[in-house]
Amino acid sequence: MANKKTEAVFTPIGSYNGENKKVEKSVELPDATDKTHKDLGLSDDDVIEMYNQMYLQRRFEERAMQMYQKGKFGGFLHLYIGQEAISTGTVFALNDDDDIITAYRDHGWGLVRGVSPREGMAELFGKATGCSKGKGGSMHFANVEQHFWGGYGIVGGHIPIGGGLAFANKYQDNGRISTCFFGDGAVDQGALHETLNMSQLWKLPCIYVVENNGYSMGTAATRHTVGEIHERAKGYGMKSAMFNGMDAFTVYENMKKISEEVRKESVPYFVEIRTYRYRGHSMSDPQKYRTKEELQEYQKTDPVERMKKYILDEKILKEKKIEEIEQNVEDTVLDAIDFAEESSFPEPDELYEDMYAGTPHFHDKK
Amino acid sequence: MAELQFREALNEAIDEEMGRDERVFIMGEEVAEYDGAYKVTEGLLDKYGFKRVIDTPISELGFAGIGVGAAMNGLRPIVEFMTFNFAVLAADQIINHASKARYMLGGQLSVPIVFRGPNASAGQLGATHSVAYDSMYAHFPGLSVIYPSEPEDAKGLLKSAIRSDDPVIFMESEQMYGMKGEVSEEEDFIIPIGKAKIKREGEDVTIIASGKMYHIAKQAASQLAKDGVEAEIIDPRTIKPLDIETIVTSVKKTNRCVIVDEAHPFGGLASESGFLIQREAFDYLDAPVQRVTLPDVNAPFSKPLFDQWLPDAKQVIEAVNTVTYRN
Repeated sequence: MANKKTEAVFTPIGSYNGENKKVEKSVELPDATDKTHKDLGLSDDDVIEMYNQMYLQRRFEERAMQMYQKGKFGGFLHLYIGQEAISTGTVFALNDDDDIITAYRDHGWGLVRGVSPREGMAELFGKATGCSKGKGGSMHFANVEQHFWGGYGIVGGHIPIGGGLAFANKYQDNGRISTCFFGDGAVDQGALHETLNMSQLWKLPCIYVVENNGYSMGTAATRHTVGEIHERAKGYGMKSAMFNGMDAFTVYENMKKISEEVRKESVPYFVEIRTYRYRGHSMSDPQKYRTKEELQEYQKTDPVERMKKYILDEKILKEKKIEEIEQNVEDTVLDAIDFAEESSFPEPDELYEDMYAGTPHFHDKK
Repeated sequence: MAELQFREALNEAIDEEMGRDERVFIMGEEVAEYDGAYKVTEGLLDKYGFKRVIDTPISELGFAGIGVGAAMNGLRPIVEFMTFNFAVLAADQIINHASKARYMLGGQLSVPIVFRGPNASAGQLGATHSVAYDSMYAHFPGLSVIYPSEPEDAKGLLKSAIRSDDPVIFMESEQMYGMKGEVSEEEDFIIPIGKAKIKREGEDVTIIASGKMYHIAKQAASQLAKDGVEAEIIDPRTIKPLDIETIVTSVKKTNRCVIVDEAHPFGGLASESGFLIQREAFDYLDAPVQRVTLPDVNAPFSKPLFDQWLPDAKQVIEAVNTVTYRN
């Protein structure tokens, strides 16, 4: 047994002895697909729209971060920057009425599934015009009408709920499937085990997706969990996949195939999508657990830049047209900020609204 | 009126609601092929089939969460816990999700779900099988908590719970499942959530007790009557929303109050209703409100210790003697 204070006894050591500046990747990225958009059945317009959506998520969050730093709103702010190919590729692969539920890193998901930039920014600002009327904030974006069931704040807590969405779809035989996204940190929760077991036993049409961004807050995946995450499916006899999440086409290709199978056969699927979180866990994270070199290494695989390069290389659009799209997104985001700033906070009476679908009751309310 | 066991009254409520609404289903440990650990679901599998009567693994967190998701997405689940002592494993789903999801998403969804099963102690089952959780759940906004004491209340209130558009905690007792009582045969018999019932009228003291404790209070009241003390017993039936008006009206009449609560003393039904009574009826009280609760001690196994631990009629009578200055 190790007897020095600097040797591991329980948790493997991470950056604690951190003189070593070489890049130790927290996740190994598999190769992206080499198929073109046409091979995948995507039109030029689809590709342009994918870029538009990804760029919107990126700029929305970069501006949100600025607003946060200016003190325009408080609370938590968990950024999705670097992971946009997953939300975008998935939403393009699913039917519009398939269900999506995710954890608290939810802005990207909201924007690509029905939360307008205005409603999203207003929610961050805690305004009554926000998608959740200012009751939820950054962690609770949702557009239930468009089958985005929201972001949830307890790590792993929404995993069984994703299974429940699928249960109801199967019960109602409505042809919809559900998809449940969570981070690598959530794979250590018992809720995942219970849900995977029941999902396989009951053949729930749900895709459980780990967005493995390499870190459970400040703890590298290699320090918080054993083995290969996607291989856990084997223990349940569940189908599984693992692929690159820095390329929207790869996500689209895989999620398209998986969703078709899940829908047709009413079976669950366990998927690990490897990605990287560029920003800290939240705004208060000093990121001492990783090196600048590691960050830079991953930024070379940036999904937004990658898509832009593809569009130019394939001559789908010229540089100038892309700049127009980007300017348009920029204007949209700035407009969203103006909208959020100008919107009113909820009225005092609204404190008591949205608690009950039926007759409200409040103990000892005068 | 029909004479039914508590379990039969519950079974009728579930059966009738499953019959009238295709979206209602029941799941839990041993509810289907075993016919229910306490036979509450007896016969339902034969009648409604495997799609709507579902055996689960021993995964309280998992199946409670699947219930919450199913409720959000258009169904009306009844989730049976073999006891609420095991539901502690599902507390994240009940407390963090079922009670909060609607509010935090600005009212975009609803969670019409019933979590039901036996609550509190049932004899010598040791520390982890003996806790009364009604007050704990009543603490959380967004939940209704029902803990009936008699078959008729159970039937009428369970039907209301299943029809509720919001999450309801419905509590029973292992020791009451075989208890018989008159149950209305009125078609579609419903009792609204949130209404207390005066179960015995009296002029001298108000005793508040729900669930299993109601029967302790009833025993105490019969003995007190022999001594010429007429107790008024109020069964809140619903812990939350709490019908404090009925309680206060009674206390204003009797001027004395004893609360019997099977929870531990800190922060339960007894302390909350005691606080409200002193605030709302201060000038009417002829004695400080007394309570009979479990001690601040875990449930012991040994029979004499267990009997000492659980509130009984003797303790209720002593408390009544205190508030009537008969000591």
